[in-house]
Amino acid sequence: MDVRPILSSLLRHKTTALLLVLEIALTCAIVCNAVFMISQRLQRMQMTGGIAETELVEVQSASIGALPDAKARTAADLEALRRIPGVKAVTLATQLPFTNSSWNTGIMLDPTQKESTLNATTYFGENLVGVLGAQLVAGRDFNADEYTDLGDAQKDPSKASKVVIVTSALAERLWPGQNPLGKTIWMGKDSPQQVVGVVKALIRPSLSNGDNTAQWTLVIPMRASLDNASDYVLRTTPEQRDAVIKAAAATLHKIDPHRVILDKKSMSQLREEFFHNDRAMAGLLVGVIAVLLVVTAFGIVGLASFWVAQRHRQIGVRRALGATRRNILHYFQTENFLLASIGIAIGMAFAYGINLLLMRYYELPRLPALYFPVGALSLWLLGQLAVLGPALRAAAVPPVEATRAA
Amino acid sequence: MFGYYLDLALRSLKRNRVLTALMVLTLALGIGASITTLTLLRLLSGDPLPQKSSRLFYAQVDPNSLSGYVAGQTKPDSLMGYVDAMNLLHAGRGTHRAALALTQAKIVPEHSTEHPYFSDGVITTTDFFPMFEVPFRYGNGWTAEDDTNRAALVVISDFLNDKLYGGANSVGKMLRINNHDFRIVGVLQHWAPQPRFYTQELGGRSYGDGEALFMPLSTARALNMDPQDIECYASVGNINKLEEAPCEWLGFWVQLDSAKAVADYREFLANYAKEQMALGRFKRSETALLDLMGWLRDREVVPDDVRLQTYLAFGFLLICVVNTVGLLLAKCLRRSREIGVRRALGATRRTVFAQFMVEASIVGLAGGLFGLLFAELGLWGVRHQPAEYASLARLDLTMFGSTFAVALAASLIAGLLPAWRACVLAPAPQLKAA
Repeated sequence: MDVRPILSSLLRHKTTALLLVLEIALTCAIVCNAVFMISQRLQRMQMTGGIAETELVEVQSASIGALPDAKARTAADLEALRRIPGVKAVTLATQLPFTNSSWNTGIMLDPTQKESTLNATTYFGENLVGVLGAQLVAGRDFNADEYTDLGDAQKDPSKASKVVIVTSALAERLWPGQNPLGKTIWMGKDSPQQVVGVVKALIRPSLSNGDNTAQWTLVIPMRASLDNASDYVLRTTPEQRDAVIKAAAATLHKIDPHRVILDKKSMSQLREEFFHNDRAMAGLLVGVIAVLLVVTAFGIVGLASFWVAQRHRQIGVRRALGATRRNILHYFQTENFLLASIGIAIGMAFAYGINLLLMRYYELPRLPALYFPVGALSLWLLGQLAVLGPALRAAAVPPVEATRAA
Repeated sequence: MFGYYLDLALRSLKRNRVLTALMVLTLALGIGASITTLTLLRLLSGDPLPQKSSRLFYAQVDPNSLSGYVAGQTKPDSLMGYVDAMNLLHAGRGTHRAALALTQAKIVPEHSTEHPYFSDGVITTTDFFPMFEVPFRYGNGWTAEDDTNRAALVVISDFLNDKLYGGANSVGKMLRINNHDFRIVGVLQHWAPQPRFYTQELGGRSYGDGEALFMPLSTARALNMDPQDIECYASVGNINKLEEAPCEWLGFWVQLDSAKAVADYREFLANYAKEQMALGRFKRSETALLDLMGWLRDREVVPDDVRLQTYLAFGFLLICVVNTVGLLLAKCLRRSREIGVRRALGATRRTVFAQFMVEASIVGLAGGLFGLLFAELGLWGVRHQPAEYASLARLDLTMFGSTFAVALAASLIAGLLPAWRACVLAPAPQLKAA
């Protein structure tokens, strides 16, 4: 099809054509970035936890403060919780994934370092790796004789543990390409810890230090007790989770009626709440994109309809001179394609610009190149769909219109 | 004349019902989205104490070691250690001054059938109440003497008073907190300034309900009530002796009533840091004194997502406006003949322009009306999110008015181009074509 007559006719309607181009360009820019943001959020929600999420529940019992019998009380609680039907394993932890808690430590690779190499989270709790179901990929879990009491170590640093389990991501960050087993890290000048095991993944409880540090995790062989920890975590089967949560809370209340149960949830629930903002934002963006596309489509329909109405006589003349219906249909379709193409080209530049701003101020990654062809294709499609109705109406104009007054 | 334009506009709008509905709906969606996000942004970045915020200042010093220090570029820590907070408190400068931290207080109900529960508490010093102009329903705060004597006194919030005593005057009653008896000396009126400026960095929320109770810092610490957030800048021997540990866990506020007082206090802080350096306690001389709003900006209280949503909404509104311009223009050009006739009959360009602007503003007002509906719907949606600011999301009078201002502005901008095109149309060719 010859585009020259279309172009010359568009040049005579510069303003309207320009408005349509502008609308398509803005829509293209916003939709590309919004879709990208949705994909980022969805990806974030899928972040690896590294634990048996569907088999875990937590019951948080408020810390009782520095009571002399805290250890004995903890042992009694654990013993009672273990006897609940369906419970495979149980422990008391200082913090759990997806709880926004924040026990961290600076790590040094050399005790003479002035500053920590990085900041990692620390999980404490007897047999925590086993209970959480973190997957060991190298080395071993802690031996029973390696565990010490967290409470004792807080008062006397010499009672701290000497070994540690790290995640593979942390090992790769600290010793790229090397075997981490047997390496030493320092959590203070006087507390060297030897790596004895590596787990595939174990997410930090809080991502406030940035998502790129999500897997910087240490597991430390220290037993927690009720004066320094509050999270009971129980492993069961997916079906028995609800029953176990109820039974665990009841058991704990039975042991001590004055106890305050702060929280009781399954790990899946905790994950869902943890990523709630991302889900809400993704939902909002989907809504905005949908409405935006509809608005743009209606804008195209409105302007195209107006053009068709305005050119009634011109179409009649063309038909009278031998143009087929198909020719007329193609004319409007090609016109829309041209406008959409210009709009998309400008829109892509806008999209790139917005992405640069977002990268700068909101730490978003660069827009993948794939978005450009896919975005262009969808807007072309949208334009063609929107213009189809008015174009068909134009094609239906009979040649006799040529003889009628405009 | 205006009445006539109105009549013309309504007729013209009625003639193209679908197109009119489309324009109104588009504009309404854009306005609804913008007003929803703007309301939220305004709420979240608001001034918690408008009558006083310019006189309230947050002081910071820096007890860190020299590692990682770049003179003039490193910001001091956001929290303060006990020793420095007490030194500044006892230096007595400023109209009022207070150190505070947040804690979890275990409240044991009188009836043994009820389970005990935890409530948020503020542990602070006497000036907290007059400095932040906290309104009392019954009783009042405690004195500086009570601070020194570690008196077991507590001020409770309206909601805790409602819950425990059915809203009656509970001053003088005893309340069991963390297994100790406290005498209630004051009950607050509802008080929860938003954003929660004084809880920043102390481990509290940025928005939402206020704390349930307030008690003297000295008393709470004597009973080993721990602060919510503790940041240590050196290795700690015994974490249970927080007052002596190299840890920061307090916020320090001071009220300064004049520009001179502010300048003096800055100098005082700088001198304090130098003095501490001479004593060997400090290695860095950095200090900071931010006013309340400056402190909130520094902490970046407003969530990034809310800002992004606002930009998005305005991008959306822009597209809606462009769309409306296009549709109005299309409508107006279709009426070239009508305009030609009117011009030929003596209407001036100005009157034609005015007529089209009236038409655009009717679309705008209708868009504003529906936009208001969409905004209410949007805010209702926000209220049903589990965000900590959810319950605050309501349209106030200002935003109600702003909706129409935005709607009118958007439609007038949208109407400008079509109206101009209409009024510069030469009448003769239009009449000839007919």
